[in-house]
Amino acid sequence: MDIIHYVNLAVKAIFVENILLAFFLGNCSYIACSKRIDTAVGLGAAVIFVLTICTPAAWAFKHFFLAKGALHWLGANFNNIDLSFLIFVSFIAVIAAMTQVVEMLVEKFSPALHGALGIFLPLIAVNCAILGAALFMDQRNYNFMESVIFGLGSGIGWALAIIAMAAIRKKLAYSNIPAPLRGLGITMLVSGLMSMGFMCFAGIRL
Amino acid sequence: MGEALLSSKNQKILKDGFWDTNPITFQILGICSALAVTTQLKAAIVMSLGLTFVTAGSNVVISLIRNFIPPQIRIIVQLTVVSALVISIDQLLRAYMFDVSKQLSVFVGLIITNCIVMGRLEAFAMGNPPWKSFLDGLANGAGYSAVLIMIGIIREIFGSGTLLGFHVIPASFYAAGYVNNGMMVLAPGAFFLLGIIVWIQRSISGYKES
Repeated sequence: MDIIHYVNLAVKAIFVENILLAFFLGNCSYIACSKRIDTAVGLGAAVIFVLTICTPAAWAFKHFFLAKGALHWLGANFNNIDLSFLIFVSFIAVIAAMTQVVEMLVEKFSPALHGALGIFLPLIAVNCAILGAALFMDQRNYNFMESVIFGLGSGIGWALAIIAMAAIRKKLAYSNIPAPLRGLGITMLVSGLMSMGFMCFAGIRL
Repeated sequence: MGEALLSSKNQKILKDGFWDTNPITFQILGICSALAVTTQLKAAIVMSLGLTFVTAGSNVVISLIRNFIPPQIRIIVQLTVVSALVISIDQLLRAYMFDVSKQLSVFVGLIITNCIVMGRLEAFAMGNPPWKSFLDGLANGAGYSAVLIMIGIIREIFGSGTLLGFHVIPASFYAAGYVNNGMMVLAPGAFFLLGIIVWIQRSISGYKES
């Protein structure tokens, strides 16, 4: 477990297994908010922020409350309790609560950042990329540090994809696309091409 | 009620959800899972059934309690109801269809944040009586299922040469040099297919984005 391991994990989360282009997570807001570059940058930043905080928070919640034997700090009676079937409902509660806390903190300490991210933060609670990253973290049994890196990397990957898409759509506005293909259709086709591009990163290791 | 169970209004609810305002091609909701679980038809069918159940069920529950939910905390109430339904589906799948459950991996859990469920709760169930909400959930679930199953069939036939696990492309084709299209089972194939399906559906229904 050295630094290279974490760098590899980050590269994998950003490029090779991009959460948007390889696992399709957060696709709805990706299509809805990629019409303008500044919105895309704002939402991308908010997602990086929330993912970096929520993935470790979900990790902590799992390891202190949900996993088998996690409640042993309450006493020996609780050693065999396995609450992992509650993972979905508690992860979504953790995410909703964390986005709420983050929004309040940002509003208190950085009004400028709140002005930029404000409207996106509540929206993010139901972005499937956040819950998806938390569930992947659970499924792949990451440790605490790995979950921080994985959250950050997934966020950067998602932001990269949506900003690139917004830039492409800006150019697309000037091209003559058949009417039924405009909007969702062409966005999907371009995402397919982008996804192919990102697949070329497969196999890269440091 | 004073209204027949399948009056013309209610039929319109069904038709809207299935075709005119299809959740995937018109409302642009629930695309994540539509792309992720469709490499095999079986997974796509199970996912469709799960989502239809959750949408219809949560629509009914939220519609029943819609007058008691304080507006500020409605999102968290909705999420809790949806999570409860999703947990029951996940436990059922793990007990009776473990292989499909493995294949769907995190995407069963992601029904919770599927925009179709939340979108219909917000847009319909919060303001309509239970029976109408149930029909709306059913219709949207069916609209989603139709797209999913279509993508599932195309991806499985061309990607792996099978349908529901049975070989459908004759061995003589392979002998003549036919190869499965590897891109179909990967992410880009899903994006392309959905783009094309949206294109066809919108050409027929005449819907245009401004």
